[in-house]
Amino acid sequence: MADLHIGPDVATELERCAVDDVISDVGAAVVHHGDRMVRGGTARRNERRHLLLPALHALQHHAGWISPGGLNYLCDQLQIPPAEAYGVATFYELFRVDDPGHTDDVVHVCIDAACQIAGSAETVAELRSAGRRIHESPCLGQCERPTAQFVQGRGRPDRVEADEEPFELPQAGTDGLRLLRRISAGVDPMSLESYVAAGGYAALAKAFVRGAENVVEEVVASGLMGRGGAAFPTGIKWRAVAGETGQKHVVVNADESEPGTFKDRTLMEHDPFAIVEAATIAGFATGATKGWIYIRGEYPLATKRIQNAIDQARGAGFLGQGIARSTIDFDLEVRRGAGAYICGEETALFNSIEGFRGEPRQKPPFPTTNGLFDRPTAINNPETLVNVLDIVTDGGAAFASIGTKGSSGSKLFCLSGRVGTPGLYEADFGVTLGEVLDLAGGVSGTGELQAILLGGAAGSFVGPDSLRMPLTFEAARAAGVSLGSGVIMVFDSSVDQLPILTRLAEFFRNESCGQCVPCRIGTVRQHEVMVRLASGPSTDNRWELDLQLLEEMDTAMKDASICGLGHTAATAIRSAFDLGLVEKPGVTQ
Amino acid sequence: MTSSSERTATSSERTATDTSLETPVRLSIDEVDVEVAAGASVLDACTAAGIDTPTLCFAENLTPVNACRICVVEHEGSRTLIPACSRRAEDGMAIQTDSERVRHSRKMILEFLASGVDLSQADPLASLVSEYGADPARYGDAVATMDEDVRIEDDLYVRDYDKCVLCYKCVEACGDDAQHTFAIAVAGRGFDARISTEFDVELPDSACVYCGNCVAVCPTNALQFTTEFDLRTAGEWRPDEQTTTRTVCSYCGVGCNLDLHVQDETIVKVTSPNDHSVTSGHLCIKGRFGWGYVHGR
Repeated sequence: MADLHIGPDVATELERCAVDDVISDVGAAVVHHGDRMVRGGTARRNERRHLLLPALHALQHHAGWISPGGLNYLCDQLQIPPAEAYGVATFYELFRVDDPGHTDDVVHVCIDAACQIAGSAETVAELRSAGRRIHESPCLGQCERPTAQFVQGRGRPDRVEADEEPFELPQAGTDGLRLLRRISAGVDPMSLESYVAAGGYAALAKAFVRGAENVVEEVVASGLMGRGGAAFPTGIKWRAVAGETGQKHVVVNADESEPGTFKDRTLMEHDPFAIVEAATIAGFATGATKGWIYIRGEYPLATKRIQNAIDQARGAGFLGQGIARSTIDFDLEVRRGAGAYICGEETALFNSIEGFRGEPRQKPPFPTTNGLFDRPTAINNPETLVNVLDIVTDGGAAFASIGTKGSSGSKLFCLSGRVGTPGLYEADFGVTLGEVLDLAGGVSGTGELQAILLGGAAGSFVGPDSLRMPLTFEAARAAGVSLGSGVIMVFDSSVDQLPILTRLAEFFRNESCGQCVPCRIGTVRQHEVMVRLASGPSTDNRWELDLQLLEEMDTAMKDASICGLGHTAATAIRSAFDLGLVEKPGVTQ
Repeated sequence: MTSSSERTATSSERTATDTSLETPVRLSIDEVDVEVAAGASVLDACTAAGIDTPTLCFAENLTPVNACRICVVEHEGSRTLIPACSRRAEDGMAIQTDSERVRHSRKMILEFLASGVDLSQADPLASLVSEYGADPARYGDAVATMDEDVRIEDDLYVRDYDKCVLCYKCVEACGDDAQHTFAIAVAGRGFDARISTEFDVELPDSACVYCGNCVAVCPTNALQFTTEFDLRTAGEWRPDEQTTTRTVCSYCGVGCNLDLHVQDETIVKVTSPNDHSVTSGHLCIKGRFGWGYVHGR
């Protein structure tokens, strides 16, 4: 691809500097030595493609948009066809490809369920009338403090104003916390010293004593299931990767975007070293020397603290070559997402890191054999990884004795909506839904429970009769629901569900990557049906026809979509109708 | 859009050569046992069993992208249906190609497409719509459609994205499956996704080299040669009266085979056979568009 066609638009000095800064460590794909010699080639170009996403971030941040000149310069430096780079840039919510015409910061305001019932529409109107630049955003992962906002800085750092408030863990000081114990004890998230004083990096030392194979077997024995939503056994995944040869990767999937979920953000912001240490153990156990942590773009504090943890760990010899005075090499690199729910899907995330559109891949083949850069990859959720520390320290059997037989350990639950004290709660598996609700102070608002959205937008609504349900993977499966990422979003009796469901449908319509027909068009048709149902009574049998359509679309999206987004895009909406949360409006004459 | 019986020869031959030393794979298709070469797809196995599987984004000369999902079949033990085109046949698989689930998903996919995209020139799709009992009208009037204007930016071909089903074939043909020009890609996300050049610049300003390979692989006529477009506009496009003559391109020594499509003693378009060893169906601008001299133009 030596003769890329680059258009006539030229980058500004600011744009050139922004791109140069990103690629300064590795240099451009083609280097000119005098007039008659260049160094370049396919291998050199392929090695740099993964810098596309960071370079687009840099252009957006400094110039306020991805301009034709900026994109041309970037494409020339990395030898990427401009049409492809444009396709990538237009995939993400945080990038724009038209001149904004201003140099202001942009305030992203969450309009998804938890914020919607807290009055996000009013917040948007107030900020607009105050002259702020507003972008209505899908869930920002701050559901415990609605209305969530994220400020995308123009030349200034991105920030979340609520991060400046003191952090309070609702369960601080309670006994029996496992995952949250360091946060509860007030370990300084910016200090490796503080982390080590609280027992940090003892697990890595223990892992070295155990040996890689034993660590994998202990994780298998622990029965640890993935906490990102799919609940796949972590040990089985690690064993598969450990059995592969050649270059392998560990990826931490911190692209937390499931509406209602904020657990990984809390862990990254307040216990970042634990994630770094656990990822290192994953690398040691699976034989991967390269680790990546993909953090959603709207999490500036989490990104800063994880980066700080990585830097400090590297400085102290816990990352890099010969970690902790061993012969093991492992290093971690941070990647920022740019606003795409779909990039939480593991194979979409790989494509995103690699500098392609975040479109999921067909499975099989699975990531354990063909993952990041087509190499064997162990991809895990941050909460999953933090569990590994105790498994390595105490052994798999000890961990398996916590919780229930089918669901070992404890789980983080994200309580939001009409609940006494919204926030992050930890409980051992087997606790009932009602008990967790009580932990958070019960139903607020009218005090009368209408429904709970369990598992997030990809989960389902359950009614008051589910309060006795034990929160375990097996009980959820038996009830035909999913714990998902641990979302418990509470709706009191005063909430009108039709607007909530219509917005849920809009969420999936906006977040579908567009690759497969069932999801690309199905999510649109579903949203159109919801808009029609919410628009009021009709005099014909349209209501019944539309409910029939919802059911048929759900079946097709579940059966024929490529990935989990399409499979679950109609689940919550259908569950709401099944529960009778929405009634047919009276017929007008 | 080819029917699978026409295509098999090439694709199984190719697989057979690649993996001739490996043990063949045995699986059952609609309760019938079939044997295919290792590395063959479920689609190949369906064809071997005599089952005609609808495809849209699949083409024998391109890497499967499994985006349209019209070829889904039921695989015993899988939670969801699987795409026949891109799933490898495995020993012991039990596949159902005409179950209620399969028919339902195909019907819905056809309804989704027909309710949002102009399929008037996608002949095989239109007949599938009735075969599967799809009823695009039941979604009502207020449905989002592609809603795009015809783009005429040069004399060689037009782009009518009202007819685009986002099958990715043109992107693949322009990219690393054939031409390596990378003038177009998918831009945007979800229903707003469109085939686009960078910043949607017009084709003459893009990297396009006018090989026309994108036009050749388009299954819905969203991309069509200007000759065809003009004749259709004039109501003079009569495919039934057209003849096809195979010849060899006269420009260089590569030896590309050309199929000249002729109507009223005038060439109306040029294609190349997909199973031709030199071209795999792909041409360059000269073979594809450089035939005016035949008519003294």
